[in-house]
Amino acid sequence: MKQQTITQEGVTIKTLSGIVSGNIVNPGPHNNVAVKTAFTSDLMSDVLTIDACETVLVTGLTNPQVVRTAEMSDILCIIIGRNKKCSREIVELATQCQVTVIESPFSLYKISGLLYESGIKPIF
Amino acid sequence: MKTQYDIEGGNFSKAGFASSEVKRMLKQLNLDIKLIKRVVVAMYEGEVNIVVHAYHGTAEVDVSEKRIRILFTDRGPGIKDIDQAMQAGFSTATEKIREMGFGAGMGLPNIKAHADELNISSTPGKGTQVEIICYIKKDHQNT
Ligand SMILES: Nc1ncnc2c1ncn2[C@@H]1O[C@H](COP(=O)(O)OP(=O)(O)OP(=O)(O)O)[C@@H](O)[C@H]1O
Ligand SMILES: [Mg+2]
Repeated sequence: MKQQTITQEGVTIKTLSGIVSGNIVNPGPHNNVAVKTAFTSDLMSDVLTIDACETVLVTGLTNPQVVRTAEMSDILCIIIGRNKKCSREIVELATQCQVTVIESPFSLYKISGLLYESGIKPIF
Repeated sequence: MKTQYDIEGGNFSKAGFASSEVKRMLKQLNLDIKLIKRVVVAMYEGEVNIVVHAYHGTAEVDVSEKRIRILFTDRGPGIKDIDQAMQAGFSTATEKIREMGFGAGMGLPNIKAHADELNISSTPGKGTQVEIICYIKKDHQNT
């Protein structure tokens, strides 16, 4: 993990997935974009108040509203932690919205720590 | 230019569909991305409020050269005390809604933060109207 350094370009979603030992559920061209900031929350009300920009959302929730919330907030990628699996409905919606969804076996704390270590900045 | 969308109370799979369509439309109009985000976040909060708190509603979206106006009209329980509803943290949402990541009492204050104008009127027992306006500032475009 240490080889990831802080770059102006951010970290590509594909690289992110590797960092959190994740599985990209909707592979596609939108997986190649880079993210620079992250926010961890199970509260969508809270996510909707942040000023997201090239952001990855880390959450333990797996309902369609997580994808919708990301779409409205210009969040590019969602990492679903706690080894939760997402439904087909979510995969389809995420693909439609061009939001990449990654499933990770780790706790939200561990995912957040790994992202921080790789140079992803907090929103605040 | 006017469009109208139906919003079904209780239908969580469809919640956000109208806001998503509006986002696509505003992108096609090549509006400033910051403006689009303000509009769609405010609209999504209003849409989710109908799904969570009301029985049925509509969203009327009107885009002119100067502004984007969204008018939500719903049939539902209405809001008894609008000042109280506007306070951050006030919510009547159920435990089930909270488990879905909503019901923190942050939606209406967040609409106010994102929109240029917010007007709410309600008749308890009948329904609620929420008007959201965002101005299109020409000097911020094409930069
Ligand atoms: N369309 C509506 N019909 C009836 N009541 C509403 C409506 N919109 C809001 N309310 C009332 O106002 C309260 C505050 O709304 P607000 O959007 O701020 O918070 P919330 O919806 O409860 O939670 P959050 O928006 O954080 O998910 C609600 O809990 C509800 O009692
Ligand atoms: Mg709300």
